[in-house]
Amino acid sequence: MAASTTVASNTPRPALPARSVWRRILSGDSLAYSVTFAAAAMILLVTGILVWELYSNSQASRAKFGWNFLFTSTWDPVADQFGALPFIYGTVVTSALALCIGIPLGVGAAIFLAELAPPRISDALTFLIELLAAVPSVIYGLLGIFVLVPILRQVEPAIRAVLGWTPLFQGPFYGVSLFAAGVVLAVMIIPFIISISREVILAVPSDQREAALALGATRWESTWDVVVPYARNGIMGSIFLALARSLGETMAVTMVIGNDPKIKASLFAPGYSIAAVVANEFTEATGDMYISALIELGLVLFALTIVINGLARLLVARRNMA
Amino acid sequence: MSPAKPMPASAQQAPEPDMAPPSVNMAASGEPNLAAESATKISATDLNFHYGSFQALHGISMKIFENRVTACIGPSGCGKSTFLRTLNRMNETVRHSRVEGEILLDGQNLHSFEVSEVRRRVGMVFQRSNPFPKSIFDNVAYGLRINGVPGGGSPSRGELRDAVEHSLRRAALWDEVKDKLHQSAYSLSGGQQQRLCIARALAVNPEVLLLDEPCSALDPIATTKIEDLIFHLKSSCTIVIVTHNMQQAARVADYTGFFLLGRLIEFDETPLIFKNPAQKETEDYVTGRFG
Repeated sequence: MAASTTVASNTPRPALPARSVWRRILSGDSLAYSVTFAAAAMILLVTGILVWELYSNSQASRAKFGWNFLFTSTWDPVADQFGALPFIYGTVVTSALALCIGIPLGVGAAIFLAELAPPRISDALTFLIELLAAVPSVIYGLLGIFVLVPILRQVEPAIRAVLGWTPLFQGPFYGVSLFAAGVVLAVMIIPFIISISREVILAVPSDQREAALALGATRWESTWDVVVPYARNGIMGSIFLALARSLGETMAVTMVIGNDPKIKASLFAPGYSIAAVVANEFTEATGDMYISALIELGLVLFALTIVINGLARLLVARRNMA
Repeated sequence: MSPAKPMPASAQQAPEPDMAPPSVNMAASGEPNLAAESATKISATDLNFHYGSFQALHGISMKIFENRVTACIGPSGCGKSTFLRTLNRMNETVRHSRVEGEILLDGQNLHSFEVSEVRRRVGMVFQRSNPFPKSIFDNVAYGLRINGVPGGGSPSRGELRDAVEHSLRRAALWDEVKDKLHQSAYSLSGGQQQRLCIARALAVNPEVLLLDEPCSALDPIATTKIEDLIFHLKSSCTIVIVTHNMQQAARVADYTGFFLLGRLIEFDETPLIFKNPAQKETEDYVTGRFG
């Protein structure tokens, strides 16, 4: 390097002027803190308002039915008798069914896309999957009515032949049913599970794969024994998100579940979910008790989501400690 | 652990020639004189390796002798790690890579084996310690669980316990971890984690152990432990080590190969490489003139 630069860097430069007060506020930590704090506080505020509104507006219903609201099955607006059990049942059963179908397919596809598929195919398919995740749920509902339900009618004898001995697949099958709702929900949550799980699996450091391969593991052994366990928490996260979506899904479910507030063991029977009944009946609800009961259903759904998610997280946390 | 210092004598040598591309393999015959003492374990002939359109190795011919430590030295990007990773076919996992030439393991072409068998027989330890997020015990036991035991079938609990203890003892880690075998491997220090990785590699009884800069992330004390370990292991195992640290090569290796720009410039007994190299590039490098 030229000698002149050395000389120049040795002459002291004039000290920089102190920042003005205004500049200090604009570029300062305190401003950043306040703005980001306000953004974070919004979360608490919105949640608080939500819970409070649901709680206070369901006052009449809570006062009349108490805890029995959760354990009775009568839904009779004419007689002002309301019980949430069939809706809770429908919500839980359809979501459980969706997870039973969605987890193996979603995680399997994510493993394929992240570990086994050539990158070009993986990228193309991932683009499609992200597109699927953005499709409005009413479209999935239409798909359910016009495509899925006819298909299910076709395959129903086969399902009955194999699983008909269980109480889950008995009774007449009209198409719209808990089963159809569960399958539609599965179709809707699979893109979530795939796209998040794929990201998580891709983020597993390659030295983990190499460590397994270097011990003589096959590609599949390194994936299943090492990569997937390493990514397990993230995969669980994708499943929680999928679960939250399926518990709260409204439009697609109400289009295929049959909207019949009965509790039947058979998945072939029609049912009803909390979100579906609130959406269907809120506009027609006359009478304070009716409205109050629907709002309490909203509160129940909120609580249900929190409880189920909490239990799932607890399960994962305990397995991690073991 | 001081870095290489230029020797005064060579520092005085007058005008340094421009760094011409090194002559191809002039001294790299791969036949050091003392080879008679020991059998050839691995022999590479005219090895070329391409990452896509980039050729990383140019006509490498080199022999790895049984129960000896062979070091590969050279500046960053000279292909020494790439060479190491062709010896257990780990480079096959890189997309668009291509290997030409011949590698023999005990006289048999490396590519005639099942790839998992190659990797079981030729174990590898990586630059950054990479234990699995499992317990110490399960880390070491993993190779046995997937490969089974010599008699066939999966190992019994007793066999696993014995093999894990044996491997941890060979890696000089047993005394430090025997009371916490079921704790997470991540609870260990960096040097312990690296010895755990060595134990994990030893558990499947490899005939050759490849070490890819095993000490580059470790402090001097942990480095000394690994070097002691290498010294003890060579009676039961053939070792190839890639290292940036020339003193390390001089301390642990019986043979040393000097790589530059994808070529093997010189390969000989370690004392000769460091005291009396045949090639100008080797001398420049080992005296710290560049690299």
